[in-house]
Parts: sequence; C-alpha cells; structure tokens
Amino acid sequence: MKRKILKLFSTIIAVMVLLSLLIGCKPATPTTSVPQYPVHSPETRFKIATTTSLYDTGLWYYLEPMFEKYADVEMDIIYAGTGIALEYGKRGDVDAVVVHDPVAETQFIADGYGINQRYFAYNFFLIAGPPADPAGIKGLTATEAFKKIYEAGMSNPDTVKFISRGDNSGTHSKEKLIWSKAGYNYADIEKSGKWYVEAGQGMGPTLMQANQQQAYVLADISTFLAYSRNNNLTIVSLVEQDPIFLNVYDAIAVNPDTVKVQHLDIANKFINWLISPEIQNVIGTYGKAEYGRSLFFPLSDGSCNIEGCPSPDKYSTQVP
Amino acid sequence: MTAIWQGFLKAIELIVSLNHEVLEITVRTLAISISSTVIAGLICLPLGSLIHFNNFRGKRTVINLIQTFYSVPTVAVGLIVFLLFSRSGPLGFFELLFTPQVMVIGQVILISPIMLGLVIAALKGVDRAAYETAIATGASEFQATTTVIREARYSIYSAMIMGFGRAISEVGLALMVGGNIRGYTRVMTTAISLETSKGDIVLSIALGIILISIALIINFSLSRLQQRY
Repeated sequence: MKRKILKLFSTIIAVMVLLSLLIGCKPATPTTSVPQYPVHSPETRFKIATTTSLYDTGLWYYLEPMFEKYADVEMDIIYAGTGIALEYGKRGDVDAVVVHDPVAETQFIADGYGINQRYFAYNFFLIAGPPADPAGIKGLTATEAFKKIYEAGMSNPDTVKFISRGDNSGTHSKEKLIWSKAGYNYADIEKSGKWYVEAGQGMGPTLMQANQQQAYVLADISTFLAYSRNNNLTIVSLVEQDPIFLNVYDAIAVNPDTVKVQHLDIANKFINWLISPEIQNVIGTYGKAEYGRSLFFPLSDGSCNIEGCPSPDKYSTQVP
Repeated sequence: MTAIWQGFLKAIELIVSLNHEVLEITVRTLAISISSTVIAGLICLPLGSLIHFNNFRGKRTVINLIQTFYSVPTVAVGLIVFLLFSRSGPLGFFELLFTPQVMVIGQVILISPIMLGLVIAALKGVDRAAYETAIATGASEFQATTTVIREARYSIYSAMIMGFGRAISEVGLALMVGGNIRGYTRVMTTAISLETSKGDIVLSIALGIILISIALIINFSLSRLQQRY
C-alpha cells in the first residue's frame, strides 16, 4: 500500500517535472500579423513597469520583441498604474519605469530614485462622453468642460456621470490638475456625490466602464482610439483641443546608488534605444494602418512645441 | 448568454489550433499549481499527522488558527509575499519577485492551512481503534501512524484536491507576486482577469472553459488511479 502511495506521488512529480520542462520549449508556428512571441528560458531579465495607457494600446507587444532581440535580454513588462510603477521602482523590483506623470516623476527623481530621464513620445488627452452630451461640453476648453460636468453631475447624478481613473496614475494626475485649474479642490470633488465614480483601474477598463454607464471620462487619445475600434465604444470624443491635454511619456532608469538594482546598463540601453531615430519612427507610425492616424507622436522630430513640451536635451541626447 | 456559447466555440478553436499562447499559459498554470500542491502536500501530511497524533497544550488553539486561515484572502497573502520578496524586503536578495518560483512559494503558503486542516480532520475521522489495534499487534508508532493515514486516504486525497483547486483558481496572489508578465508569469486566471478588463469577454470565457476542463481531466485521471488500489 505504501508503495502504491509512493508510486502515485512519483507519477505526479514526474508529470510535474515534465510539464516544467515543457515551459522551456520554443514555439514552432510563425504568425504573420503579430510579431511572434517566443518564450525563452530565463536569461538576463530586464524588468520595466509601464503605465497602463501605453500597455493597453498594444505598443509594448510590438516593441518588446524588437528590444529583446536588440539587447539580447529577456524583457519583463509589468502592467501597473503610474503610482505603483514608481513604487516598484523605489523598491528596486523593476529596472526602469515608463510613465507619464510629471509631478510624481519630478519627486521620484528629486528623491534620488530615478536617473537618466528621457522623453520619447507624446500624445494628447481628450474628454469622451455620451453622444447625447447631457452636460453640453462639446467644443469647450478642458476647464470649462469640467465645470459643466461638475454642475450637471451635481444636479442630475443619475444622468451625468464622470468616471475617474482613481488610481494615482498619470491620467489621474492630469485629471486632478484640470480640476484644480478649474477652481475646484479635488478632495471636495471626490466626496461630492455619486456622479463622480472612481474606477480604480487601468485606462482600458476605465473606458469600458464609462462606455457601460455612458459617462464622461478623461482618456489618452491612443487608448481611446484602440478601444473604440476593438470594443465598439459608443462614447465619443467631445473635447480635444486644449494645451493642458499634452501627455508626454518618458522612461526613467532606477538609480543603483539608492536602490538595489543591477541592470543600469540595460536600462540605459533601453532608454537610448527608445529615443533612437529608428524606434522613434516605429513609435510614430504605430497604429496608422489600423486607426488611420498614429497613436503616438515621436519627440525627436521637434514637432512638440506647445507649453509643457520637454526641452531637446531631454529627448535627443543619448544617455552616457 | 450568447457570449457563453461563443466562448465555448472559441475554446474549441483555441484547443484544436493548438494556439501557442494558450498552450503556454495552460502548461505554466498546471506546472505552478501542481508543484505547489505537491510541495504543500509533502509538508502538510507529516505536519498534520504530527499535530493529530500528539496531544500538547494549545492543540485546540492551533487547529482553530489553521481553520481561521482557510478564508485568508488571496490578495492578502499576495501582499505579504510581495513585501517579503521585494528587492527592498527581507528576502529580496533571492531576487524571486515576478518569477514563477515565487508564485509557487506563495501558493504553498496559501493552500497549506486548508491542506493541514483537512488532513487533521481526515485523520480524526479514523476510529481510534485502528491505531490501537496496530500497536497491539506489534507495530511501531510510525507504522501505526501510516496505517491510520492509509485508512484515511480517501479523505486525504480530497484534501489534496481541495488544495489544488484553491491553488489553480486563485488570482490575487498570482497577480501581486507574479506581475502577469506575458510569456513568463501569466497564468490562466490572471489572463482571464486581464482579457476581461480589456473587454474581450469571449476570450475570457474560452480560457475559463479550458481551465475547468483541465481540472476535470486531472480529477478524473487521479480518481481512476486511486480506484486501482
């Protein structure tokens, strides 16, 4: 009897070992549209934490195999809001962070956690909402639109809703900035009523929720386009033209002097690769075929010249 | 409801075409969950026997504590394991965060209370006479213990299956300590979570169906094996 129990256990262990060996298997089937995603056995692993809005557009799925081949490393991309991404950076659980929250980033670098910050792409935010536009914000400026949403939401919380990211992300920070520019105290907004919904999720899921509730939402243009097309969103873009909507993405390496990380060389390589002309071109054309317009603008061509755009040394000089 | 039917069709399509990514995720899910079940079993069976067969002060409290941890939320265990294995945490030098290995460790911690508690309950269910008869007929304490374990084998087997079920179905821990990294730590449950939040309901349902089918197959084959003896 004991032998049979042992036999059962050894069968299970054998199956388990077999399965774990299988994980190291390389694929055989090539695909045409999506860059093939090979599964490597662990080598040097370079970890980055990325903002959800970059991830949800699929840009990373596109760039990742290219960088892995270029640098001969295994890149791990962890999908997180800017808040937790920077936290991972402070703890040394990732080697670089790719985010878009100027305030939090400045603090991150000032505290000594981040170095070699380089901006590599930009796009814009927009306010989307139900086509019927109950708050009447179409064509207004960002702050005027937020004012109207607040007033309409306070008087009709059942018909007018605003879905916030509510997760300390770059998008959430931009939203808070617009509220303060419009003259509101964010703490008051949060408690003001059930018209203001905090999703606590990434950009994609927040858009899905806004679509579900036919509510207003602040979104970056890339995720909005990607989701509109793939998920048949019925909410539409209502407010687009406003300098405050500028959204710049940057990559920051985690500082090995303050945090226990080991791959600064790969992080630097990654940052330089992102701002290299070839990849800038890739970023600039990503999505053109599917959406009719590119989802991101490269910074290297100097096209970003409104208030808030980074200075050339922050996007064109290579990291030493 | 049509989403479920579409999900079912998609599941068949994914299986038949041997979709590489789904295959990879499935194999990883099984490897991680089976590993944690086996490791937890190897710890909990002896430990459970030790607790059951020895009377010590606070035995009741220990058993109560174990049963309390049946319902510990997976995200809570995930958070604790994350803080332990984070680079700036006490076990950070192992550099295990965001790897499949730490997911196994976390799942072992997660399912141990259930396995331990159910093993103890299983042993308790065996009539005391079995142990005493064994001793009376000349068995050593160790041999008598294994006799009782043999008597309780069906319930112990249930405990293992329960542990496996909890391991393969949990999301919170896998997300927090694994990071849901595509090609490295993404498992069925975290993939379902991601695809649902991205709005791809059909794919999520397909993955869910595949997951349940796998669990069914495993259960079936193990119970056939068990019936042999």
